[in-house]
Amino acid sequence: MKFRFSRKTLGIPYAVFLLFFVIIPMLVILFYAFTTTETDASGAEHFSFALSNFGKFFSDPTKLSTIVYSLVIALVTTVICLLIAYPVAYILAMSKLKKKFVILMLFVLPMWINFVLRVNALREIFNLLSLSPAFEWLQSANYFKTIFGMVFDFLPFMILPLYTTIMKIDKSLYEASSDLGGNALTTFTRVTLPLSMPGIMSGVTMVFLPSMTNYVVSDMLGNAKVTIIGKFIYDYFCNDWHMGSMVALILLIVVFLSTLLTGGFGSEENVRGANL
Amino acid sequence: MAENIIELKNVTKYYDDNLIIDNVSFSVKKGEFITFLGPSGCGKTTTLRMIAGFDLPTSGEILLNGKDISLLPPNKRPVNTVFQRYALFPHLNVFENIAFGLKCKKVINTYQNDEGKSYTRREKLTKKEISEKVKRALEIVDLEGFEKRSISTLSGGQQQRVAIARAIVNEPEILLLDEPLGALDLKMRKEMQIELKEIHRRLGITFIYVTHDQEEALTMSDTIVVMADGVVQQIGTPKGIYDEPANTFVADFIGESNIFNGTVVGEKKVKFCGKTFDCLDEFEKNEIVDVVVRPEDLRMCPPEEGKLVGKVLSVVFKGIHYEITVEVGKYEIVVQSTESREIGEQIGLNVAPDGIHLMKPRFTTNIFDGVITKRNTVKFADGEFECDVTQLFPGSTIDEEDYVVLPSGEKIDLTDREVTVEVGLNDITISDDEEAGGTTGHIISIIYKGDHYRLIVRTEEEEEDFVFSTDDLWNENDYVSVIIPKDKIKLTLKPTAEEKK
Repeated sequence: MKFRFSRKTLGIPYAVFLLFFVIIPMLVILFYAFTTTETDASGAEHFSFALSNFGKFFSDPTKLSTIVYSLVIALVTTVICLLIAYPVAYILAMSKLKKKFVILMLFVLPMWINFVLRVNALREIFNLLSLSPAFEWLQSANYFKTIFGMVFDFLPFMILPLYTTIMKIDKSLYEASSDLGGNALTTFTRVTLPLSMPGIMSGVTMVFLPSMTNYVVSDMLGNAKVTIIGKFIYDYFCNDWHMGSMVALILLIVVFLSTLLTGGFGSEENVRGANL
Repeated sequence: MAENIIELKNVTKYYDDNLIIDNVSFSVKKGEFITFLGPSGCGKTTTLRMIAGFDLPTSGEILLNGKDISLLPPNKRPVNTVFQRYALFPHLNVFENIAFGLKCKKVINTYQNDEGKSYTRREKLTKKEISEKVKRALEIVDLEGFEKRSISTLSGGQQQRVAIARAIVNEPEILLLDEPLGALDLKMRKEMQIELKEIHRRLGITFIYVTHDQEEALTMSDTIVVMADGVVQQIGTPKGIYDEPANTFVADFIGESNIFNGTVVGEKKVKFCGKTFDCLDEFEKNEIVDVVVRPEDLRMCPPEEGKLVGKVLSVVFKGIHYEITVEVGKYEIVVQSTESREIGEQIGLNVAPDGIHLMKPRFTTNIFDGVITKRNTVKFADGEFECDVTQLFPGSTIDEEDYVVLPSGEKIDLTDREVTVEVGLNDITISDDEEAGGTTGHIISIIYKGDHYRLIVRTEEEEEDFVFSTDDLWNENDYVSVIIPKDKIKLTLKPTAEEKK
């Protein structure tokens, strides 16, 4: 008998994976977020439906400010990454250098070194620097150090998609623009920039989201003074799963909304992390 | 007399160390439809790009209305280009694509102030002006109502029209078209050819068109510039170039040709294929010439009436005519006729004097710059050949230490002496054994000359050309080694540095 894999059978492992590692956990989070644990007289615990976690979150100024801080840190990190990465990607993509791949690799290489190790190294450098009077201010510049660390970590994720999109732009379009009377600035603003938008979008998504949740950087560089939403969720899950789930859910919604805003679900070319 | 709108003077262009355009000069009259025609890599596109401003000439001048523009950037030149692959902006719709140039443009408007004095101001075009101009451009290319369409939803032909509209909307003095119909299918191409011609007539501006399609060039142009190897081969009207090709390259490239080696045997008399013919071109007696006869200029007749008599080898139906190959002695001659003949039939061929075109041979000999080596060989064209250095000094001999000994007994060391090397057209053979000859190269050109082939082999590094005749059939691009017998290499000494002083 001939046994043939149909497309359906080949899909089963993935469906199982999705069910156990995406859908069920999501349902668990949903469940925890809208319940509380009550202990009755006999000492037995049981769950009951409640909206109190939701209420508690939005009535607590510290929780709200954490979300706002996370958003601001992520936003600043993303903007700085974009400002640094765009010129790098642009110059590399436009250059006629034969070995530009090597230069690109140098930018991307840190990605291959353990992330915690890199952040640790950065912390040591900051500590060393702050010994000198000129850099004493670094000791308490927790937000600066956090953002610096995040930019340092996430920069390659911005450079790569930008580089690939700019590379892909047909060079004859620049000639066409210049032929039609456009100077260097018009060519950039009206041809290069709009055409590299998909790269900007994926770069932004790939930097913005992790910098909202990645609390390793803020923990190690911010002297535990900088709390971002990821840290928050982690802390809650140590004792109160219900509140933790609620925060996770809210983060999910914030992320969903911001992705929607940047058009990250766009059906067109998605060059996220393309090549390499 | 129309004035020249653009003029190229001794324009030369190198890419890195490669000579792309070699001292090209010509002028284009206002309102003309001029075509650069040539095989790929002949420099036609580079010439166009230098006029557009994308490439700058290494030396020479490009004059627009008498002013040198050779160093101006493209956006400062009153020319617009229709690109080979259109280069439409994918993120803009049809309207925005066409309006791109208009939005960059500033015009000088004249106003009157309160005191009645007029003053001028450089201003951008208003929205209304732009949309009117775009509308008119779309009308010209027959795409009314396409303003809102996105580029990706258009067919190739429609994109082509948008590209043309985008260029002509800026009212350029010259429209440059870089093989604009190359991506279209045959039927569409024919339609667009007629339409482009019509657009040219309506706008009255100068069109400079680049193509490798000789039929397209003949159909559309007022003037054709035939280029090969970065050099202008011939400039003329389509009819002039077809009827009176300047050399065998042009004859071979434009239309079908029979090309023979001939000898002038008297006043307006030429001998080829073993027979003497009357012709119209005057050359010195006994001069060796190339003879070109177009297939349609040959008339078939009964064998007893024909000057040439041969056997029909093949008959191919070509739609409008038959292409008949006739074997006349050792020659193969191609004839075009509306009548067919049986294969194997004996027929006669005649040709009228105005059907015979004589031209100076493009090549009479191969000349290279060479250097003598220690071993008394000569190095040139990426290779090293054995040669007889004693020919440089009559009566000299070579001793066992490789010195040249003059009859007077004086010894000369020829190492590193520069010489001119001359090799005849019939003294070169090639082999596909790469080790067999002194140097190697690719076959870049094959021209059939009735009973033999004229080949050009180009070496890789120095790009030196070997021109020679062979009876064997090779393929273009074959990688071969070049063999020259020792006694066929003719050397002459170049003056040494001291002698020059």
